[in-house]
Amino acid sequence: MSLSITPTTHVTTESRPFRVTLCLVALTLTAILLLAPLAVVFAEAFREGAAAALDMVSERDARAAIGLTLTVAAIAVPLNVIAGFAAAWAIAKFDFRGKAVLISLIDLPFSVSPVVAGLALVLLYGAHGVLGDWLAAHDLKVVFALPGIVLATLFITFPFVARELIPVMTEQGRAEEEAALTLGASGWHMIRTVTLPNVRWALLYGVLLCNARAMGEFGAVAVISGKIRGQTTTMPILIEMFYNEYLSVAAFSMAALLAGLALLTLALKSFLEWHHADAIAASRRH
Amino acid sequence: MTPFILRHGRAPLLAALLAGTSLGTPAHAETTLLNVSYDPTREFYRAYNDLFNDWWTAQGNEPVTIEQSHGGSGAQARAVIDGLEAQVVTLALASDIDAIAGNSDVVPEDWQKTLPHNSAPYTSTIVFLVREGNPKGIKDWGDLVGDGVQVITPNPKTSGGARWNFLAAWGWALKTMDGDEDAALDFTRKLYANVPVLDTGARGATTTFAQRGVGDVLLAWENEAFLALAEIGEDKFDIVVPSVSILAEPPVALVEGNLDDEQRRVATAYLEHLYSPEAQALALANYYRAWDTSKAAPEDADRFPELDLVIIEEFGGWAEAQPRFFGDGGIFDQIYSE
Repeated sequence: MSLSITPTTHVTTESRPFRVTLCLVALTLTAILLLAPLAVVFAEAFREGAAAALDMVSERDARAAIGLTLTVAAIAVPLNVIAGFAAAWAIAKFDFRGKAVLISLIDLPFSVSPVVAGLALVLLYGAHGVLGDWLAAHDLKVVFALPGIVLATLFITFPFVARELIPVMTEQGRAEEEAALTLGASGWHMIRTVTLPNVRWALLYGVLLCNARAMGEFGAVAVISGKIRGQTTTMPILIEMFYNEYLSVAAFSMAALLAGLALLTLALKSFLEWHHADAIAASRRH
Repeated sequence: MTPFILRHGRAPLLAALLAGTSLGTPAHAETTLLNVSYDPTREFYRAYNDLFNDWWTAQGNEPVTIEQSHGGSGAQARAVIDGLEAQVVTLALASDIDAIAGNSDVVPEDWQKTLPHNSAPYTSTIVFLVREGNPKGIKDWGDLVGDGVQVITPNPKTSGGARWNFLAAWGWALKTMDGDEDAALDFTRKLYANVPVLDTGARGATTTFAQRGVGDVLLAWENEAFLALAEIGEDKFDIVVPSVSILAEPPVALVEGNLDDEQRRVATAYLEHLYSPEAQALALANYYRAWDTSKAAPEDADRFPELDLVIIEEFGGWAEAQPRFFGDGGIFDQIYSE
């Protein structure tokens, strides 16, 4: 598969100083654009010491926000895994009319501004929305409550799992599944023993990305949360609140915690990639 | 090949996530009120909720849980209209509560007659916050339209404070230009040409000015200006009091449509107690101009400079001023769309 490369030939024709400069520019940009903001968040959080930062994130409103954020992620991520897997399965393994439309629909949340998504949910489920009267008659609260926040998060994170799975599933084709069926496997048995093992890495990436975004979403949730302290404030919303209340150590401690969760997700992804490099390569069949 | 995800991946992750959920669900045995308020009242209501609970339990009642939601006044009114279940609203101006009354049936039309002083337990006015030493030499409204002066004020479409700002500017222009409305229009047009960014709420604008360092002068609620000095440092900013400003009356109201019997009893007491000498002293300590100074510390009561205040009635009340100045195609739209 791999080409043999003679050690004396350079891939590039540019001079060495030019390449070094280019590398330095890239590294500097990365430092300025990615590392510096992150470093500032952590520096600000620990400005009054680690104990103060810890105090801030264990305060009542902060604990409630952390709990709410984890709850929302715990509901939204599994639902998106099921929906994303089903959608990717349908798109990759079957031919049907309107397939292109379905693919575009899955991408819709990427192109729609989160604020618009939040407003659309208010228009649909709000007191004067299309479903408002019916919801009120059945004493169901959606907007400015947990269900609304979950719906907004589901909308925003919908593409993540499907988008990771579609290319892998398409590439793998349907030969193995067909073989399993021919050998007498039931549908569920086939999914469990053939399809899922083949896409498990892509699925895991999808879950991790989906989780990171679910915890971090601000725009759509801000519209639909009602900003009730300790009730409907997720971590990103509370960060903004703390900042606006001149509690910058509290704001940045929460921000550091949220960034920490995201970094943990990234670290987990990198660790799995590194630890299972062979399996990943095999599953991609390169 | 083992199906990694199914056997090892999701279950522990889910369990870990679900374990966190118990943190976010407090018990709901007692009566709960939601106070939907505007931006700069965060510190005041945090203190008042404690004061009210102490007084309420001293009367032999069960303690109440009071939840707070803060944001731009117009945006908060919008949320109540869309179904945010507030039991009381404490907003920046009457027209936002009028909007709730007009667009839903949770607040009665005559809400403003139920409590003293047009249902405004405290008032404030609009002043300027400038950087230490007042480097641009800003003394009055006329200095705001100079070249190179950046003015920070929020968006009147979403912020109550911003509407008071606008009308204060308009009031000064009419007084100094012999009531010439064309001149006032020209003045406000130049003023808003100097505004680089419109935040949605008063607190966002204060943050933009004070913490992000944008602009030369912030048109601020007087209480916001004092609070910024107290929180960020007296050595960073100066307050400039213009010759003319406006009497800003932030009103409060029960949201009748969202009350059960017990909530009605508590919420009524909650709003009425705002007029008690103790609560009035608390409002004064939080830099509001309250009515009753009998229990206030002298330094809180004497803090406020005397100035010439126009009142909303001079604009025909909010019922007239709101559509004329801030409605669709109103005066603000005309000057800002250019």
